[in-house]
Amino acid sequence: MTQLHENSAIDVAPKNRSAEVFVGVCFFLSVLATIGLAITYWVGGQPQVEGGLLFVTLGGIGFGMVAWGKYLVPQGPFVQEREVLKSEIVEKQAMLASLDRGQKQLGRRSFLGKMLGASIGLFGAINLFPFLRSLGPVPKKALTTTPWKKDALIVGPDGLGVNTATLEVGGILTVFPSYDVGGAISQTVLIRVADQNWTTKPGRETWGPQGYLAFSKLCTHAGCPVGLYQELTQQLLCPCHQSLFDVLTGATQVFGPAPRPLPQLPIYFDSNGNLRAQSGYLEPVGPGYWERG
Amino acid sequence: MIVTQATDWFDERLGIAKFTRKSLNKIFPDHWSFMLGEIAMYSFVILLFTGVFLTLFFVPSSKDVVYNGAYAPLRGTKVSEAFASTLNISFSVRAGLVMRQMHHWAANVFIAAIVVHVCRIFFTGAFRKPREINWLVGTGLLVLAIVNGFLGYSLPDDLISGTGIRIAFSIVLSVPVVGSYLAFLLFGGNFPGDSIIPRFYSLHILIIPALIVGLLTAHLAIMWHQKHTQFKGKGKTDRNVVGVAMWPAYAFQAGGFFFVTAAVIAILGGLVQINPIWLYGQYVPYRVSYAVQPDWYMGWLDGALRLMPSWEVQAFGHMIPNVFFPSVLLPGITFTLLGAWPFIEKKITKDNSEHNLLDNPRDVPWRTSVGVGLLTFYVVLFFASSTDVLANSFSLSLNFVLWAFRILLFVVPPIAAYIAYKLAKEASDVPGIGKRKRALIISRSEEGAFSTSESAPRSIAHEEIIEELPEEVKYHSVLDGTEEYVMPTAAAAVSTVINNVSVDVDLGPLPSGGSGVYQIPRSPRGSAPNGRSDEQDHQGDLDE
Repeated sequence: MTQLHENSAIDVAPKNRSAEVFVGVCFFLSVLATIGLAITYWVGGQPQVEGGLLFVTLGGIGFGMVAWGKYLVPQGPFVQEREVLKSEIVEKQAMLASLDRGQKQLGRRSFLGKMLGASIGLFGAINLFPFLRSLGPVPKKALTTTPWKKDALIVGPDGLGVNTATLEVGGILTVFPSYDVGGAISQTVLIRVADQNWTTKPGRETWGPQGYLAFSKLCTHAGCPVGLYQELTQQLLCPCHQSLFDVLTGATQVFGPAPRPLPQLPIYFDSNGNLRAQSGYLEPVGPGYWERG
Repeated sequence: MIVTQATDWFDERLGIAKFTRKSLNKIFPDHWSFMLGEIAMYSFVILLFTGVFLTLFFVPSSKDVVYNGAYAPLRGTKVSEAFASTLNISFSVRAGLVMRQMHHWAANVFIAAIVVHVCRIFFTGAFRKPREINWLVGTGLLVLAIVNGFLGYSLPDDLISGTGIRIAFSIVLSVPVVGSYLAFLLFGGNFPGDSIIPRFYSLHILIIPALIVGLLTAHLAIMWHQKHTQFKGKGKTDRNVVGVAMWPAYAFQAGGFFFVTAAVIAILGGLVQINPIWLYGQYVPYRVSYAVQPDWYMGWLDGALRLMPSWEVQAFGHMIPNVFFPSVLLPGITFTLLGAWPFIEKKITKDNSEHNLLDNPRDVPWRTSVGVGLLTFYVVLFFASSTDVLANSFSLSLNFVLWAFRILLFVVPPIAAYIAYKLAKEASDVPGIGKRKRALIISRSEEGAFSTSESAPRSIAHEEIIEELPEEVKYHSVLDGTEEYVMPTAAAAVSTVINNVSVDVDLGPLPSGGSGVYQIPRSPRGSAPNGRSDEQDHQGDLDE
C-alpha cells in the first residue's frame, strides 16, 4: 500500500543555517538596491549608479535563488531511465499503414497532383516578382559609371572650387563634382605632388596639371574610402584592410589585398584657373563585381 | 487548495497532469559546462527586453536633421535621424544609456556563449546520434546571431558601422553571377541610398529575432525530448540520467542563474562603455577613421579580408572579385563544415549507435586535435583583424605583420592540432586518470625510513547513493500493479489525478503492422489513451 506522495528523508529541506542567512541577505540587498534605483530614476538617473544598483538588484535575486536551490533543497543525485526514442516496430508499421491508406484514398490521380503543384508553385513565383522588383532598381550602368562628367567643376567637401594654389605640395583634399558634393560614388582624392605635370602612366601625360593628381577614393578591394596619405612615401593607405597604393605610379596597389590600382581622373585647369574634369572615369570605380570583365 | 483547483481547471481542459509531473521530476545532469547554453539563452532574453525598450526611442531613418540635443559637442551638426535618436537614447532617455549598453553587451555575451557552447558540444561529442538535428539547429542559431549582431551595431549610422555597411555592400556585390542584383535589391539601389537603415531595422528587430525564437524553441524542445547528455561517472550509463530534479533544485538554480547573467550584463552596461558613437560621429561616405574594426565576432572575417592576397579572377568577360574568397567562400565553407561535422564524423567512425554519455576530450584525441586545429585557424584570423593596431603598438612594419600572419595562419593550426593530439593521447594513457585521487600517507618506521602508501578508498557509508525520486518509484509500482494506491486522507481533492493514474490498462495484443488502420482498444473505464501511453513509457523503462 502506498501513496504517490509520502514523506521520506529527501522530502525535507536540509538544515543549513549559514546558507539561510546568505539567501536572506541576498534578497534583502536586492530590495535595498531596488529602492536605490527608484531614487536614482527619480532624481534624473546616472548610468554608472544605475548599472551598479541593477547589478545588486538582479545579483541579489540571482545569487539568493541559486544558493537556495543549491544548499537548501536536496540535491540527490537522482536517477531517471531514458525512454527509447525509437518507436516500436508495430507503431511504425501502423504509421506507414495509415500513410498508405491515405494514399490509396487519394487514388492515382497524378495529373491532379501535378496541377496542384503547378498552381501553388506558379502562384509563389509570380507573386514573388513584385516583391523582388520593388526592393530596388537593377544595377544597369550604376556600377560602371560615376556622376563625373566632362568639364565638371571640381569642388571640395565645403563646395568651394579648387585652383592652383588650393593645395600645398604634399597636400590632400577630397573632391567632388560641383553637382554631387559628398557623393559616395564620386568621391575622389586630390593630391599635389612636387613635380609639375607628372605622368603616372603612359597616355596620362595631361592628367596631372601643376602636380595635381586625382584618384577615385573608393578602394578597389572593399570600397572603403582610401583616406590616409603618407606624404613621405607618397602612398595612399586604406584604413579598413591596409591596402597601400603608390601615388606616383598611378595609385597602383603595392601592398595588401587590393587587386587593382585606384582609377585616375583626368583633370585640367580652365582659363579661369578652376580645376575641372577632362572627362569621367574611364573605368569602373570601387570593388569588383561579376559583370566587370 | 488553489493549486488543486487550478490543476483541475487546466487538467480538465488540457490534460496537463502527466506532462507536468514528468517535467517536475525531470533530471538535469550537473556540470558547469552545461550552463553555457543557458547563458546564451538568458542573454537572448535580456536582448529582447532591452531591445524592446530601444525600439520605443530609436528612429530608423537616414533622413538628415540638425542635431540639437543634450550632447553639446555635436549640437548644430547635420546628422541622420538614426544617429540623432541614438544620441537621444544615450543622453536624454532615463536609463537609456544603460539599456543601450546592456543591449550591446548582451549581444556580445550571447554570441560568445554560443561559440563556447558549440566548442563544448564539439569536444565532448554531444552532437552524436541522436542529436545531429539539434546540432544543425544550433549552427543555424549561430549564423543568425552573428548576422543580427552585425545588423544591430550598424543601425546607429555612425562612422565605424557605416564603413562596415560599405564593406558588406562590396561583399554582397562579390557573389558570382547574381551579386550586383542581390546587392541592389538588398540595399535598395547603389550604396548608400536611403533604404539601408529601415531595412536593417526590420531585419534586426523582427525577421531575424523571429527566426531565432523559432529555432531556439525547436532547440529546447528537442533537447527536452531527447534528455540531456551526461559525463561518465559512477552510476551513469547510456540509458539513464543522473542529476538534480527540475523541481525545486534545478528550477531555483537555473532561474537564479538568469538573474546572475542579467546582473553581470547590467554592470557591464552601467560601467563599461561600449560603442560610444558620439566619439565616432555621423557616417559620411567619404570620411573614415583609423583602426576600423568590427565587433569581435566579425573579427575572423575582417582578418581574412586583410590576409587575402590581391588576387582577382577575370575570365570570359566576368570577374570573381577578391573579397569573394575571404568573405563569401570562407564563411560558406566554415558553416557548411560546422553543420556537417556530425555526418563527417559518422563517415569516419562508422559509428551508428546512440550516445548519451559524453566523451572527455582526451578520450578521442583525433577529434580534439581537429577541433583545436580549426579553432586555432579562426583565432589567428581574429588576431589578423588588428594588423594595423599590432603594427603600431609594437612599432613593426605593416608589411612584416601582414606576412607574419599569412604564414602563421597555416603554420600555427597544425602545430596546435599536433600538441592537442599529443596531450590528449598522453593524458588518456595516464593510469587512474579521471578517477578520484587518494591521499598519500607518508609513514616513518622505527628505523627512521620513510615510506608512502595510498589511503584507503572512501568507505561505503560516505558514498553517494543514487536513487530514483520516491514519487517516481511509487508511481511506477502503482502502474505495475505491484503496489496498490491508497488515497491520502488529507488530500481528497487530488482524486481526479489519481483516478487517471491508477487505471489498470489492458492493451491486448497489438495488431501486426501493415493491416491498415488499427484501433486502440477502449479500456473499461474509458481513459485508455492516457493509461496506455503511461504504460508504454514504463515498459520502455523496464526493458533497459
